[in-house]
Amino acid sequence: MKKKPEFKIQNITQPTKPTADYSDPLLRELVSHLRQNRTQLREEWARRITDAQLLTAMTKEEIFSEATSVYDNYVEVLETGSVEALQAYARNLSERIIPRGVETHEVVGIVLLLRDVLARSLFKKYQADFDLLNRVLDAYEPAANRIANTVAVSFVQERERVIRQQQEAIRELSTPVLQVRERLLILPIIGVIDAQRARQLTEQLLRGIRGNRAKVVVVDITGVPTIDQIVANHLVKTVEASRLMGASVIITGLSAEIAQILVTIGVDLSKMNAVGDLQGGIEEAERLLGYKVIISQEPLSLKEPKL
Amino acid sequence: MQVPILKQGGYLIASIQSVLSDADLLQLRDSLGDRVGEFRSRGVIIDVTVLDVIDSFATRMLRAIAHMLKLRGAETVIVGIQPDVAFAMVQLGLTLEGVGTALDLEEGLAYLDTKTKRIPADGN
Repeated sequence: MKKKPEFKIQNITQPTKPTADYSDPLLRELVSHLRQNRTQLREEWARRITDAQLLTAMTKEEIFSEATSVYDNYVEVLETGSVEALQAYARNLSERIIPRGVETHEVVGIVLLLRDVLARSLFKKYQADFDLLNRVLDAYEPAANRIANTVAVSFVQERERVIRQQQEAIRELSTPVLQVRERLLILPIIGVIDAQRARQLTEQLLRGIRGNRAKVVVVDITGVPTIDQIVANHLVKTVEASRLMGASVIITGLSAEIAQILVTIGVDLSKMNAVGDLQGGIEEAERLLGYKVIISQEPLSLKEPKL
Repeated sequence: MQVPILKQGGYLIASIQSVLSDADLLQLRDSLGDRVGEFRSRGVIIDVTVLDVIDSFATRMLRAIAHMLKLRGAETVIVGIQPDVAFAMVQLGLTLEGVGTALDLEEGLAYLDTKTKRIPADGN
């Protein structure tokens, strides 16, 4: 089973000097510089975001509003050394922008742009004294890296959470077990079946057989584009397990492609009762159960509702 | 642990009450063999509803019992295999090939009724 990659917040660069001391007077001066020039630096950043054609899913006003929050959080991290508030904000922001279609590269891009905007303003301020500039950057660099990392990782974690949630939702949607007659169940399957879904399908089906006391189950795979060997074998096992519970399985809706795959794999076809389409499958099932469908009277007129 | 065997008309019903040891299964086989002769039963239902596990030995025994009883003139049907048990069995490749199966007692009786339909002696 593949191990899920774990994301941990960690320093992405190894600073040559010890990490910033947050009581460092340089850092404090840096923070006050950023606060004093807040308006102008924010505006420049928002402008560069638009120039780089990032966050196109958002309006100018929204970009400026988020830019303000990010900027203030950024400065707060520099001041306090604690990323907690930033993490919470980043998660919150991600929750809001992911449904709008904002991509990872955009989020990473804007954070790096801010880093650049702030760094350049520092270059400008301290350009007269190269030595001082170096020391200011030594204070700024590790903190800036940490911030970029925090925001990017929070964003990605939120994306992963959403993806997992959606996968679960899809899984739950797709395998209802439906009773259409006494003792007759239909299991319509839509979408790609992987090994896990196949397993879940089988469990649901077997429980459905017991719960509904079904004698015949029609498994319709019209909506399944393709299957692999693992899933094909699983299908055969499902048929066998159903038989152990006293139910027969009719498989319908095999596409030409899937039929060829099953033949190529060498699935034991004697174990599979396959019928072309769902209608045929239901008719066969009714026949097995002893139903006979006849028209007993003129169809009711749809124009005159009975009161 | 002896398995209680009840008579229901022309059928015998063996209702497994708890986990069976290998020796219990062998004893079941012997009991059923005797009783089918004693009561001239046409069909046998083995109810395994209670079992959480049916391993390869139990599977082989059930198949052997069914074949043996067939030779003595009786149809066998296994009823009450639970979803988890059915799944586990097919995962291990344990199929009850050649043995009748049904969902529960009611279904088992219906199965035997169909399987043991007798042609009347006068051919009508």
